[in-house]
Amino acid sequence: MIEVRGLTKRYGSTVAVDRLSFEVPPGAVTGFLGLNGSGKSTTMRMILGLDSPDAGHARIGGQPYRRLRWPLREAGGLLEPRAFHPGRSARAHLAALAASNAISQSRVGEVLELVGLQAVARKRAGKFSLGMAQRLGIAAALLGDPAVLLLDEPVNGLDPEGIRWIRGLLRSLAAEGRAVLVSSHLISEMAVMADRLVVIGKGRLLADTTVAELSGRAPSLEEAFLQLTGNSAQYQARNLS
Amino acid sequence: MTARASHQPPGRYRFRHLARMEWIKLRSLRSTWIALALAVVAPAGIAVATGGSNTTSGGMSVSNTLVGMLIGVLLIGVAGVLAMTSEYASGTISATFAAAPRRLRVLAAKAAVVGAAALVTGEAAAFLSFFAGGMTLHHGITAPALSQPGVLRAIVLTGASLSLVGLFGLGLGAIIRHTAAAITVVVGIVFVGGTFIGQSDFAIRPYLPLYIVSHSLGATGPACLPGMASCWLSPWSGLGLLAGYAAIAMLLGGLILARRDA
Repeated sequence: MIEVRGLTKRYGSTVAVDRLSFEVPPGAVTGFLGLNGSGKSTTMRMILGLDSPDAGHARIGGQPYRRLRWPLREAGGLLEPRAFHPGRSARAHLAALAASNAISQSRVGEVLELVGLQAVARKRAGKFSLGMAQRLGIAAALLGDPAVLLLDEPVNGLDPEGIRWIRGLLRSLAAEGRAVLVSSHLISEMAVMADRLVVIGKGRLLADTTVAELSGRAPSLEEAFLQLTGNSAQYQARNLS
Repeated sequence: MTARASHQPPGRYRFRHLARMEWIKLRSLRSTWIALALAVVAPAGIAVATGGSNTTSGGMSVSNTLVGMLIGVLLIGVAGVLAMTSEYASGTISATFAAAPRRLRVLAAKAAVVGAAALVTGEAAAFLSFFAGGMTLHHGITAPALSQPGVLRAIVLTGASLSLVGLFGLGLGAIIRHTAAAITVVVGIVFVGGTFIGQSDFAIRPYLPLYIVSHSLGATGPACLPGMASCWLSPWSGLGLLAGYAAIAMLLGGLILARRDA
């Protein structure tokens, strides 16, 4: 379970995230939807304790991230597609992270197998394609077998087979009772991947709803999404005038 | 995929877990081993050359054998910077801090691992240089011996300086974050600035890292001679000052690390 309450982040005079509140319940895939630059990544970075909010807070299982006893065993995050040293092997990258949370080295082998990287686990990860890099990031997120997963644009760079794989993976992780938050700017992807939707624009909450409900608002889900985000652009225009 | 483990092991992540993480990170990069090997081989190579060309009738001094250690200092200073900045350059830092959000502990673990690796490297380089320099002397020129007063201290302290310079680099890496900028600053402070200031301002010279390594740590004779504009620091004060520089850099790096967004 992730709770976000009044989360706010400013960069100078720009408000990147604006009093954002929502919840990510266990047992479902929650799609985090917004145009590029709408504040999705900043929100996820604040949930994972990487950036500090100017106001509000985020909690995981009732605790601020920085207080978690074994962070990787409670929440797994995929934030950047290449968050590893190019000269290090996939196995060493995962082994180092595992050591930090007293996760067994046999688990490293398990997640490598799960994401299909065991054959290249000892090669320098810098040579990985974007798709393989995403798989390594997902392996890192799953290392601690966490109850909460946050994935920022995980389908970027994946081929159709990879996209299908991750869709199935996230659905099965949610079915096991985990809270899964997955961001995307692609409404079509969210339509088939997510149960619930949190839509933001200019850092503000535009909708906290289900895929079915949002689809019902317009002839198509895409239409409904564009109406929502179009409103956020108008809001900005009014603000400026 | 196994069913989700609802139980967590008792306790929480500790310094020893983070030290293991940092050790795996350090040892799993080929560049680490290349830098450490060079930091041993290059000073020893220079000691061989210095020994071979030594014609001083009074014999070779221990500081003559250790003159190449300055290259080791440079290499380890850069390696210390990279231990921090390469995480920012690659984005590994977000994975690191997501795994262990208590950043000061992460920095402390990194310092322990980098400092220990640099210490072992520095001592290996210093002892190898000492023996290699003594072996290549021409017939009739006396090699320094470990039993002479101050010789063992000179070797051990010069070796230890690599550890302190490595930590200085690590701290600057945490402050500056960008590889090229941080390396420029370390090389600028330790070498370029040190050389220029040292040649123009004799009053400041004894306090510059480069001169501490070459004239305080490796010295066996008196720090002060009649007619000198200013005295060198004694070996132990020199080491203390180097440790102070490293501590300031690490402290500032820690403050910035804890406050800034990752």
